[in-house]
Amino acid sequence: MDVIILQLLNGLDKGSAYALIALGLTLIFGTLGVVNFAHGALFMIGAFCAVTLQKVLNISSEAIDPTKTDFLGNPLVVKTPYVVNWFGPETGALIIDWSVPLALLVAVPIMILVGFIMERGLIKHFYHRPHADQILVTFGLAIVMQELIKQGFGANAIPTGAPDAFKGSYDFGNLLGFDPNVIIYPYWRMIYFAFSAIVIGAVFAFLRFTTFGMVVRAGMADRETVGLLGINIDKRFTIMFGIAAAVAGIAGVMYAPINSPNYHMGMDFLVLSFVVVVVGGMGSLPGAVLAGFMLGILESFASMNEVKNIFPGIDQIIIYLTAIIILLVRPRGLMGKRGVMED
Amino acid sequence: MLGLNKRDTSFLIIVILLTMFTPFLMQPFSEGSAMAQFNGGYPDLMAKVAIFGIFAMGFNILFGLTGYLSFGHAAFLGVGSYSAVWMFKLLTLNVFPAIILSVIVAGLFSLLIGYISLRRSGIYFSILTLAMAEMSYRLAYSVFTPLTNGETGLQLRPGDPRILDAADASRYPNLFGLELSTSYKLEVLNHVFTFNVGFYFCAVIAIIAFYLTLRIFRSPFGMMLRAVKSNQNRMSFTGLNPRPYTLAAFVISGMYAGLAGGLLAVMDPLAGAERMQWTVGGEVVIMTILGGAGTLLGPVLGAGAIKYLENIFSKINETVLHSWFSFMPDGMEDVVVSFFAFFTGKGWALTLGLMFMLVVTFLPGGLVEGGQRIWNKIRRKKPDTPNNNPAE
Repeated sequence: MDVIILQLLNGLDKGSAYALIALGLTLIFGTLGVVNFAHGALFMIGAFCAVTLQKVLNISSEAIDPTKTDFLGNPLVVKTPYVVNWFGPETGALIIDWSVPLALLVAVPIMILVGFIMERGLIKHFYHRPHADQILVTFGLAIVMQELIKQGFGANAIPTGAPDAFKGSYDFGNLLGFDPNVIIYPYWRMIYFAFSAIVIGAVFAFLRFTTFGMVVRAGMADRETVGLLGINIDKRFTIMFGIAAAVAGIAGVMYAPINSPNYHMGMDFLVLSFVVVVVGGMGSLPGAVLAGFMLGILESFASMNEVKNIFPGIDQIIIYLTAIIILLVRPRGLMGKRGVMED
Repeated sequence: MLGLNKRDTSFLIIVILLTMFTPFLMQPFSEGSAMAQFNGGYPDLMAKVAIFGIFAMGFNILFGLTGYLSFGHAAFLGVGSYSAVWMFKLLTLNVFPAIILSVIVAGLFSLLIGYISLRRSGIYFSILTLAMAEMSYRLAYSVFTPLTNGETGLQLRPGDPRILDAADASRYPNLFGLELSTSYKLEVLNHVFTFNVGFYFCAVIAIIAFYLTLRIFRSPFGMMLRAVKSNQNRMSFTGLNPRPYTLAAFVISGMYAGLAGGLLAVMDPLAGAERMQWTVGGEVVIMTILGGAGTLLGPVLGAGAIKYLENIFSKINETVLHSWFSFMPDGMEDVVVSFFAFFTGKGWALTLGLMFMLVVTFLPGGLVEGGQRIWNKIRRKKPDTPNNNPAE
């Protein structure tokens, strides 16, 4: 029982990342009808927003402290981050410590901007081209983004810590009446899950309860008619592209403490998130979320030793296997609408 | 000749001549001159061009003719390599059994994957092949470690059985005793031309593969594949089932990929799982598109261009750039050098990505279409309306 709860919890945070990326992918596909292979790269750029902010906050002034010496006997060079100089030691240290959550504030405008530029500059020209061309050009864009990041930040993963307050783990075992130290779960992963639940809820609420969202949903159902009613649907779809990019970006920001960002994380997540989208059903937002969590949890259950002893290697392939089976027996995915790319 | 009409025969002869004289063509600059670093005439690179040319030709039979975009062809490449190395280990270091086995195994493997993946079309097909390739890659790393030797990669060992080989036989892949690494160097007018057995072996196979592709393109079967691309529904209405044709195309292209994988192992008897990663499959997609999907020569040109440029660009580091721009004033030189350094050396993949995006956006027919446009401009002919409705 305790093992099952532990795996369930472990599956949730991966599932949250899958769900957030797949949600953005589905938004883009549902509104613009574009298959975006660069979506994983957007996730990666988000993670590197966190890295950059942390680096920026740690830019330090150097002063020589004549009273102390380092181990070679030279005068000690004391580095103080500018933030500490400006805000005082306590507030400054706090700001640096909280750089990842603060990066959200930076990432949202940056990602929306990146999304706008992508849509207006590139994707716009591919609406009337076949899906294969869209895949190819966004695949090229993903390579370009990945290489830019590699040139800028190097090929190694860059550790980006969570705030000190969220380091450490919570012992669920105590809470639920199991032995202590059986179910321990890092705080940051809980935060990640809660955060993704909020983002997903916000996106759904935005689409469901605002006029803007209503127009977008109408546009998803029948773009032409909405256009004939005198609504500039293209502009709204562009904004939705920006929002989808921002969702991927903030998913990346918050994921940075869980897995140190590296330049190929986008490509790693891309394949998985596409699999999630097709399992959930092309163009279905609840489907994407459901499939994201489902596959995350499945993956973590498959990595249990008990399961691995029966089916060796299953933890590596479970997601793809599920996707293949679903695509073959139910091509429109779990919650896909009838007739949406169903062949 | 050989069942080809006059035009195709001369086309084939031109291709044969070009391939045979590659050691001259890729070595245009004399030794020791400033341009010598642009020479690409060393055996390893030339053989790679031939091998990836075969890979791209095969991919083109599937993507160019039927329009099914597969991201999973790297799996067949990897399987081909593994089977070739196993043949080296168990049977003999002669190359023929190895590449024959790699073609057969890749063919069977692609029959399995194709049978499953081809039940869907469009983006679903792409994602299915992507998932299949990623699955094979993961399995090669984990469960199939006894077969694939995991992360270390499968390689030759002194203790391998090699039942057909005599005890004193060559320890490297050979062609009936002639080692593939044997080279003959010719020095003329300060140029050094290298003629390598391995390259010529790959080149001859590439020519055979090209001839087969040519025949497929001109055959009624090729016509059927084009029909699959242009309109599957209409094809079904005329009473034809597109499935067997697409499956045949998938298996043929898988066999080409297996052949390429086998040849890679022949040139360097080491097979690793990273050859099966889906990004390798993405590379062959890039080659085919860059050269011109659906054309005969395009994929080979694309493979050649990418492999050659990759080699050249990777060599241009900052020192080289500084020596080029040394005529500029100091500050400006640094700026220019750091700008170009972004795209060369380690930044080659960035240049490739940009090039690929530009080609997909502005030149969907690839290099071949570009060549035709220029040719038409020169002859002041009105350009034909490009008849490339890319795949759905």
